[in-house]
Amino acid sequence: MHKVKLGILSAISLILILIFLFTDMGNYWEYVVPKRTIKLIAIILTGVSIAVSTIIFQTITNNRILTPSIIGLDSLYMLIQTFLIFAFGSTSAVVMNKNINFLLCVGIMVLFAGLLYKFLFKKEGQNIYFLLLVGLVLGTLFQSFSSFMQVIIDPNEFLVIQDRMFASFNNIHTDLLTISIVLLVLLGWYLSRFIKYLDVLALGREQAINLGVSYDHVVKRLLIVVAVLISISTALVGPITFLGLLVANVAYQYTKTYKHITLFAGSSFLSIIALVGGVLIVERVFTFSTTLSVIINFIGGVYFIYLLLKESKA
Amino acid sequence: MIQIKNVTKQFGNKSVVDNVSLNIAKGKITSFIGPNGAGKSTLLSMMSRLSAVDSGDIYIDDQKLSKCKSSELAKKISILKQSNHIAIKLTVRELVSFGRFPYSQGRLTKEDWTFVDEAISYMELTDIQHKYLDQLSGGQQQRAYIAMVIAQNTEYILLDEPLNNLDMKHSVQIMKVLRRLTDELGKTVVIVIHDINFASCYSDYIVALKDGRVVEDGAAEHIIDSAVLRGIYEMDITIQDINNNKICMYYA
Repeated sequence: MHKVKLGILSAISLILILIFLFTDMGNYWEYVVPKRTIKLIAIILTGVSIAVSTIIFQTITNNRILTPSIIGLDSLYMLIQTFLIFAFGSTSAVVMNKNINFLLCVGIMVLFAGLLYKFLFKKEGQNIYFLLLVGLVLGTLFQSFSSFMQVIIDPNEFLVIQDRMFASFNNIHTDLLTISIVLLVLLGWYLSRFIKYLDVLALGREQAINLGVSYDHVVKRLLIVVAVLISISTALVGPITFLGLLVANVAYQYTKTYKHITLFAGSSFLSIIALVGGVLIVERVFTFSTTLSVIINFIGGVYFIYLLLKESKA
Repeated sequence: MIQIKNVTKQFGNKSVVDNVSLNIAKGKITSFIGPNGAGKSTLLSMMSRLSAVDSGDIYIDDQKLSKCKSSELAKKISILKQSNHIAIKLTVRELVSFGRFPYSQGRLTKEDWTFVDEAISYMELTDIQHKYLDQLSGGQQQRAYIAMVIAQNTEYILLDEPLNNLDMKHSVQIMKVLRRLTDELGKTVVIVIHDINFASCYSDYIVALKDGRVVEDGAAEHIIDSAVLRGIYEMDITIQDINNNKICMYYA
């Protein structure tokens, strides 16, 4: 049953991918196809990172309307970028060399996730609302710091920051593709050991401990995985964690399973469908008169309100 | 045997469990009774490693709890707390199958499924085993969780107010199941329970807690006594023998 459902999703993804790659090519396919392929790879990487990180985060927190952005992960990314340009200038190595910049970001975000875990998760009687509040406040703080530096920075430097502020598939940082692929493969290998624990973690902390999961150990590592995944997607296209909320919840409703391996696959396909479909609409229907974030935020926002209404009824 | 030695737990400045020492007999049902806020649930949580002790030690079969591997403990001791809320969609059968996780790490064998089926029929859940938990009443959910603990098949079973949300029929059914688990399979059951008549009829030993301390500890027939109960609950309780069971009259 799950195989059929996943089969349908993968078929739709494949069709969209083929449409994206091979229609409307004009006469220069030698130029168009490789360019589109690179874009497509970035889309797939982003989609998978966002989907998987959101599901992990929701399982850890046992809450289905949260995304990792609630603990300020993507505003932290913007703060790091702004600070680097502010302190070292846009021509410095930490900004210009995308790989160094990326690894630096990943490092700081992992450190942040570790600290947050230490102070919030590990305390006994952890309270999810407290975590949300602290995350929200930190997120706002990071944003304010960023805009403070953006305001007093040289306008030319600001353009470099602005380029990274919005999710966009038109200026994908393709120089990051290789390192992202390597990181994702490593993460996938690392995560495969934890997938069985994720199924149990969905039952809540107490049940997980009862069933023999070393809770602290596992949750800490999963949070770090989330931080790295968010860095990958944010570095490639910019902040679009909202998409995660959308695809994770559609995946829960569509697959109706607790098995994370199925949920990961389902939500990744949904994510690819949403992104490739969205890019097709932006490029071929609206001919770039709108951006992908607008479409995703619009659909995501409507769905979020629907979720809130539904949850309040239950 | 579970040995609790000088265990203390503080929340802020208040000692919720205050220097408690206690031995839990193997192969028997032990009930924790006492007023609200006496520290019963906290003690149970510490016995099952859900919360850490501030000072003191707990030994299970002469092994120190804090030194045991969590994955090994899951085959030896199981705990069910009062409130269980899960965000995912799960059928009764799927929930019960989680009880086998300590043995099979999620890849259930034929033998595991036999345990699952047995636990489901033990709790009379066969008719509703394919229903989703969120479609069931509180009592049915409670029974599903207890079935999961039974499927876990541990030597020690700790239950925090297992009769919560249950009607009379199912309360009696669960107490009878617990009795069978101890008498037939030699399990050790520890429950926190508020209805002292259930404690009186079904348990071998009763431990009474008050303000974080053990005030009474002994065989059920010794604790169910007007004078002893007055010391615990500050109420005058008449006790009558009905069909060889001591029944407490505290309603009026």
